[in-house]
Amino acid sequence: MMRMIGRRLLIAIPVLFGITVLNFALIHMAPGNPVEMYINPSMTQQDIELRKEQLGINDPLPVQYVRWLGQLLKGDLGYSYATYQPVGEMLSGRIGPTLLLMGTALVIAYLFAIPVGIWSARKAYSWFDYSATGFAFLGISIPNFFLGLGAIYIFAIQLKWLPTGGMYTLGKQGDWTDVAMHLILPACVLATGIAGNMVRYVRSSVMDVLGQEYLRTARAKGMSEFIVINKHALKNALIPIITVIGLDIPLLLGGAVITEQIFQWPGMGQLLMQSISSRDYPTLMAINLLAAVTVLAANLVTDIAYRFVDPTMRD
Amino acid sequence: MRENKERPQDSVEQAPTAVEPVHPLLEVDGVSKHYTLRRNWLGRPEVVLQAVDRVSLKLMQGETLGVIGESGCGKSTLGKMLVRIEEPTAGDIRYQGKSILGLSGQELKRYRSEVQFIFQDPYASLNPRQKVFDILAEPMKVHGLYEGERLNRRVYELLDMVGIPGAYSERYPHEFSGGQRQRIGIARALSLNTKIIVCDEPVSALDVSIQAQILNLLRELQQSLGLSYLFIAHGLGVVKYISRRIAVMYLGKIVEIAGAEELFRQPRHPYTKALIDAHLTVNPRERGRRMLLAGEVPNAINPPRGCRFHPRCPFATDVCREQEPGLEGDGGHRFACHHPLAAAKGASAP
Amino acid sequence: MEQTPQHQENRQVTENAAENAAGHAASRAGKPAASQAAQRQSSSVLRAFLRHRMAVAGLAVFSILVLMAVFAPWVSPHDPYEVGKGFQPPSAEHWLGTDQTGRDILSRLIYGARTSLLVGVGAVSVYVIIGVCIGVIAGYFGRWIDSVLMRMTDVVMSFPYLLVILVMVSILGPSLQNIIIVLGILGWPPIARIVRGSVLSVKNREFIKAAHVLGFGKLRIMIRHILPNVLSPILVNATFGIATAIIIEASLSFLGMGVMPPMSSWGNMLNSAQNISTLSARPWVWLPPGIMIVLAVLSVNFIGDGLRDAIDPKRKTTR
Repeated sequence: MMRMIGRRLLIAIPVLFGITVLNFALIHMAPGNPVEMYINPSMTQQDIELRKEQLGINDPLPVQYVRWLGQLLKGDLGYSYATYQPVGEMLSGRIGPTLLLMGTALVIAYLFAIPVGIWSARKAYSWFDYSATGFAFLGISIPNFFLGLGAIYIFAIQLKWLPTGGMYTLGKQGDWTDVAMHLILPACVLATGIAGNMVRYVRSSVMDVLGQEYLRTARAKGMSEFIVINKHALKNALIPIITVIGLDIPLLLGGAVITEQIFQWPGMGQLLMQSISSRDYPTLMAINLLAAVTVLAANLVTDIAYRFVDPTMRD
Repeated sequence: MRENKERPQDSVEQAPTAVEPVHPLLEVDGVSKHYTLRRNWLGRPEVVLQAVDRVSLKLMQGETLGVIGESGCGKSTLGKMLVRIEEPTAGDIRYQGKSILGLSGQELKRYRSEVQFIFQDPYASLNPRQKVFDILAEPMKVHGLYEGERLNRRVYELLDMVGIPGAYSERYPHEFSGGQRQRIGIARALSLNTKIIVCDEPVSALDVSIQAQILNLLRELQQSLGLSYLFIAHGLGVVKYISRRIAVMYLGKIVEIAGAEELFRQPRHPYTKALIDAHLTVNPRERGRRMLLAGEVPNAINPPRGCRFHPRCPFATDVCREQEPGLEGDGGHRFACHHPLAAAKGASAP
Repeated sequence: MEQTPQHQENRQVTENAAENAAGHAASRAGKPAASQAAQRQSSSVLRAFLRHRMAVAGLAVFSILVLMAVFAPWVSPHDPYEVGKGFQPPSAEHWLGTDQTGRDILSRLIYGARTSLLVGVGAVSVYVIIGVCIGVIAGYFGRWIDSVLMRMTDVVMSFPYLLVILVMVSILGPSLQNIIIVLGILGWPPIARIVRGSVLSVKNREFIKAAHVLGFGKLRIMIRHILPNVLSPILVNATFGIATAIIIEASLSFLGMGVMPPMSSWGNMLNSAQNISTLSARPWVWLPPGIMIVLAVLSVNFIGDGLRDAIDPKRKTTR
C-alpha cells in the first residue's frame, strides 16, 4: 500500500510539471499583452516598449517560463500586472472567503444529503423516496447561476430576509452574524448540486447494503432493527462515500466561480474573472496552478481511497 | 535450485504402423513455457512458474493425438503455443519441417490459415456482436480465399457441414445453445485451408448428451477432410473415444505417451494408472484395487525435485526424489518413470 | 450545478466500488454464462428503458426540444434578431415580452434550443471520438504507450474544468464553435479511461484470441471486434455529458464568455438579470430561459438514468 502511494506521488511530479507548462502555454497564447490594457494616450511608443521590457514580455517564451518557474520554486508568485501587488498577497486575501464558502457549502450539502439518502433507502419507493429523488435530480439540473438569481429574487428582494450580495455590510467588518447572513444564500446555492448527487449516491449505496445476506442473519438473530441499520448497514454503505468527497472538490471550485460572480463574494472566483479580463498573467497562472494542484491532490486521495474500498481494482 | 541431472528428451517417435519413416506434420521439440513471476533487484528471475517444461511430441498427418492431464498440467498452454497465442520460452515448433516461431507477416498468416484452434468456452469464443454469417465469412475475406457469391455458398456449406441450418446464419451467438455455438466455432475453424485443429477441451463446457454429438462431428470431419487433431482434455473417456494416440501430462511434462488402446490396456506410469482407475470404477469388485493418489497437484511454481510426481506416488524411492526420469521406451509406447508398472513386454530402464 | 465529466466517470466507477464493497462478489465471479447474461442485448435494453417512467418522460420532453430546435424558423413567431421597444411585458404580440433591445423573448427562446442542443451533442461527439481513439490505443497496445497516454490523461484531468474553459474561451474568443471545440478538447479523459478499462477486459476474451488465431490484423481486431464491445459503458457517460455541456454553455454565455448576442442562447438571455431592476421588476426576461435550461438538463439526466438502469440489470435506483 505504501509502495503504491509512493508510486502515485512520484507519478504526480511529472504531471505537476506538465500542468505548469500547459498553464503557461495556455495563458500566453491569449492575444494581446498586458501592456495594451493600460495604454493611455500620453504614453509614447518608447514608453510602451520600455514597459514591455520591464515586464519581460519581449523575451522568448521558454525563457519567460523558466524565469517564472524559478521564481515559483522560490515561493515567489510574481506581481500582478493589474494592481502591482504581490500575487501571493492577493491570493491569500481571497482564499479565506472562498474556503469559507466552499466549506460551508460542503457541510450543508452532506448534513442534508446523507440522512435524506439513508431515509430514502430505508423507505424505498415511498412518497418520501420519490420526492427526495425528484429534488436530487432537480438539484443537479438547475444551473448555479439561475438558482442564485432566483434565490436573490425570492429571499433578498421579495422577502428581504437576506442581503443581495457581498460578504459583509459596509462598516460591519468582523461581525460574524453579518457574514453569516451574507453566507447563507451563496453557500446553499453552491450546495444544491453536491447534495443532489450525494442523495442519490447514498441511497443507492445503502439500498445495496440493506439487501445483503449478513443483515438477514443479524435480524434472524433477533437484533433490533435500529442496531441492524446503524451498526452494520451504515458502516459498509458509507465507506465508498468517502471517495466521493474527493470528487466534489473540483466541482466546488468550478461552482464557486459562478456563485461568487452572482453574489459578489470576494473570493478567488471573482479574482479569476477579473484577471481574465485584465490579462493579468501572473495572477491567472497562480490561480490556475493552485486549482490544478488542489484537483490533483483530491484525485490522488480519491484513488488511494478506491484501493481501500475495492482491492480488485488495479491500474 | 535443484541440480539438473536428467537426460535430454529424446524425440524420436514412430507411428505404430509405419512401413517407411513418415515425416510428422507438426513437431514439438523441447518446448518450454516459463513465466517469471518475480525478479530480484538484479533482474534475475526469482520465482518462475514452469507451465510447460521441455515437452516434445509429434503429430502425424490424419491422426488425433490426445493430451490429457489435471488442471494446471500445462496442456492448454501447450495448445496455445502451437497456434502462437503464447510464445515458448525455449524449444522449437515445426510445421511441415519448418519452424513457426520466427514467422511473421504473410508467412505467419499462411500458417494460421492451415492451423486452427477450438476454444473451451463456446460462450466466449464468438463475438457477441457479429452475426453467424459474418463470423464465418470474415476469415475467408481476410485471407482472400473467396468472395461474392462463392463466399456466400461457402458459408452455407460450412454451416451444413456442422449441422446448423443455413437459415440461422442471420442470428447472433446468444441465440444459440452451447452445443450449437461450439459447432459454429468448428465451422469457423474449418473455413480456411485447415489441416490441423488444436482442440482445447472443446466439450468440457457442454452437457454430457451434447458431448457425444460434438465428438462424432469431429470424427466425421476428420475422416471426410483428412484433418489432424491435437485434442486436449481432462476427461479420459472423451479422449479415448477420439484419439489414436494419447499423451499424459503432469505438471508441465509428458509422463507417458502411447497408442490409445495400449495406454488403457497397459499403463506404465503410476499417474496414468491412477487416472484410469479413477475413471473406470464401474465394476464394484475392482474398486478395491484402485490406486488412489495422496495429496493435491502441487504448484508449478516450485516443482518437486527429481520426478515431479514423486510426492504423490505410492512407489517413490530415493532415486525418484533425486533424479528426473527421461522419456524412455520403445516404439509407440514411452514413459518417464524409474519404476514403471509391470509390463508383459518391453524393458524398463532405470 | 455542473457535474464535470470527471465526476460522472468517477461516480460510475465509485458506484461499482460501492456495490463491491457491499458484497456483490458473485456478480464478478466471471462465470462464462454469467458474463453474457449480465450484459443485456439491445432489444431487452430497450424494453427495460421503457419501463423507467421518468426516463420515458425525459425522452418525450427532449424530443420536443429537438423538434423545436429543428423547426425553429417555422415555429417561432418573430425573427429573434429583430430589435424594437425594449423591456415590453408579455402581450398579445409578444407572448413572453421583449428583452433589453426589444427582441421577442419567445423567439429567442426557441432559437436558443438550437444553441444548447448543438453545443450539447456537438461537444460530446467530439470528445467521445477523441476519448475512444485514445482509450482503445492505450488499452490495446499497453505497456509504454498505455503509460504515456494515461499520464497525458491525468494531466488534462487535473485541470479544473471550468477554469480552463474560461481561460481557453478568453483566448479563442467567445463563439459557438469555440465552445464546442473547447469542451471537446477537454472532455475526453473520463471517456478514455472508461474505454481503456473496457478494452483491457475485452482484450482477453476468447473471441479476441480467436481473431488472432484466424490471422486477423491488429487494426481489424481493434475496430471490428474490440470497439463494438466497448461502446455501451460510454453511452451512459455521454448522455450525462450532454447535460453537463448544456449547463456549461449556459454558464459561459451568462458570464459573457460564451455565445454572444444577438445570437440566442438561454445563458446570455439570463445575463441582463444581473441588473437588480431587471431581476426584480422584469421576471419575464430571465425566468423563461432559466426554466428551459432546467427542463432540458433534467430530461437528459432522466434519460441517462434510465439508460444506466436498463443496461445494467443489477442496478435499480429509480422506477
